[in-house]
Amino acid sequence: MTENSRALEVEDLSVVFDTPEGSLDAVSQVSFSLDYGDCLGVAGESGSGKTQLFMAILGAMPDNAQVTGRVLFEGRDLLDMPPAELNRIRGARIAYVMQDALSALTPHKTIGDQLTEVLTVHEKLPAPRAQQRVLDALDLVRIPDRRQRMKMYPHELSGGMRQRVLIGLSILCDPDILIADEPTTALDATIQAQVMEIFDDLRRNTKAAIVLITHDLGVLQGWAQQVMVMYAGRIVETARVEEFFAAPSHPYSRGLLKAVPRLDRPVSQDLQVLPGVPPDPLRLPEGCAFAPRCTMRQEVCERMLPMLGPGERNHRFACHFGGPE
Amino acid sequence: MSDPALLSVRKLHVRYRVRTGGILRPRYAELRALDGVSLDLGPGEALGVVGESGCGKTTLARAVLMLERPVSGQVRWLGKNVADLDEESLRPLRRDFQLIFQDPLSSLNPRMTAAEAICEALRAFCPEMSAQEMDAAVMEMIRQVGLPPESAGRYPHELSGGQCQRVSIARQVILHPRLLVLDEPVSALDVSVQAQILSLLKRLQAEFGMSYLFISHDLSVVRYLCEKVLVLYLGKVVETGPRERILGAPLHPYTRALLGSVRATERGRQTGSPDPYASTELPSPLNPPGGCRFNTRCPFATERCRAEEPPLLDTGTGHRVACHYRDELR
Repeated sequence: MTENSRALEVEDLSVVFDTPEGSLDAVSQVSFSLDYGDCLGVAGESGSGKTQLFMAILGAMPDNAQVTGRVLFEGRDLLDMPPAELNRIRGARIAYVMQDALSALTPHKTIGDQLTEVLTVHEKLPAPRAQQRVLDALDLVRIPDRRQRMKMYPHELSGGMRQRVLIGLSILCDPDILIADEPTTALDATIQAQVMEIFDDLRRNTKAAIVLITHDLGVLQGWAQQVMVMYAGRIVETARVEEFFAAPSHPYSRGLLKAVPRLDRPVSQDLQVLPGVPPDPLRLPEGCAFAPRCTMRQEVCERMLPMLGPGERNHRFACHFGGPE
Repeated sequence: MSDPALLSVRKLHVRYRVRTGGILRPRYAELRALDGVSLDLGPGEALGVVGESGCGKTTLARAVLMLERPVSGQVRWLGKNVADLDEESLRPLRRDFQLIFQDPLSSLNPRMTAAEAICEALRAFCPEMSAQEMDAAVMEMIRQVGLPPESAGRYPHELSGGQCQRVSIARQVILHPRLLVLDEPVSALDVSVQAQILSLLKRLQAEFGMSYLFISHDLSVVRYLCEKVLVLYLGKVVETGPRERILGAPLHPYTRALLGSVRATERGRQTGSPDPYASTELPSPLNPPGGCRFNTRCPFATERCRAEEPPLLDTGTGHRVACHYRDELR
């Protein structure tokens, strides 16, 4: 790991898909930075571009995608790197944890084989040493009876266990950056908290930078240091976690927060429906993409796209009328 | 009973035979998915069933609808024991007892439009209706569940997940059932869509006076929709009662652990309060622990818990709990 505290610098990243129905803006002009030892929480509904953004950062885009901008990792632009070199970084230095733990693991290989293989390929380790590293990783993600589990196939493990194996897999090479896409969505409440703790431990102990992609904005309060809310491919609000939750300032952020039932709110004031759905990315409105669903909408919103403002103490939001409620 | 409960379940046992190994000579074991579960649900009530994956929630949903045959116990629909009825005799009763699944896309026939899917339910149960009456009822239902009228002619793959779930809801609610069993109906949905569906379910329940048996792993969702809660652990009811008691003043260590986990996820790591529960997970349902089934994960477990199974006892307020130390833990 470098001395520099900046893990990743993304500048003006846009992703445009060329589709039979026209060009589709999946991600537009996204800039942000990620520091070592920090957890960046990225929230938004399905289709807000959060997964596409990180797929683009990892260079995992289909042929019909056009990615522009810069993604600086250790001073080098990942978007401009030869594939062979990129492959040495992906999976080892920058790891990705997929949402669906069952389909992310190969069904016909044991857990042990799959995990050991990562090390024999990426680090050319001899098998016994690779195995020891696998055992250590499984210990970090709190898997009991590790030696026993290594002989098992993915289908023999519970959902929570599989998710932990997947996180174990992603941290095998001691990554500098760990990107987790909805890592707890399919899990039981008891296991959700455990998985969050595992990420938190990693961040504290290895100083890795963590990106947590989630549709549940509220969860970020307890676990992230920086929050970024996306809508229709753009960042609509971003701030340090304390500032964000003290005064969520974009109407979309507030709508998302209120749309999730929470145990720590009285039943009577629970749950306010955020009506409508995100816009069709093929037909984005001219002005603010959230305007059709927004209760604060005015005439200017339909005409003019609000820019992500400079904001106080780096709390920035893209709304003509936003601000603390 | 003068006023029979809508749904009443007594000492229900459901077992599965599962293969545990062996290639040429397969070995089997018996899985007690439900082990003596009892519950009552009155008209217009909503009962939330919570617990971790593998604790028997879905089996319960299926068993109360007789989609899973119990080895023993009673399931009464409007006072009538249906556990021994064959499918033929059950059929006319089924109209009042409907099920909604978790995955809206896979529970709809990909070759039927939304209107056809909704109408299919009517055709099955209301053959006396004319085609015009059915069409009118379908369009009215489409409006009721908040779908745009043009979605009537769309196929599931042309609809979003939330819209598919609205179609699923419409095709059950159009029958005006007395009981709707919902198995994780919002778990596969996006947050904003989840909120929309939850508020739709709440409105429909009030409008049609349906009862809900609502299966969910999400306590905050259950709290929003259900006034009664039942906590399952490895096929047994460990605690049940009014929402305020179960989620506000739970007695069973398992319920407390579940709530603690949700709070931990909501609030983040609490310094100085290590989770006693952190590295343990649900024991295999094939081989549940003896005595109290929760004893292997319980921070308060004693010799007695390992030896003796605690009965489900009423604390006097309709709040029932199965723990030897319920008074001490209060």
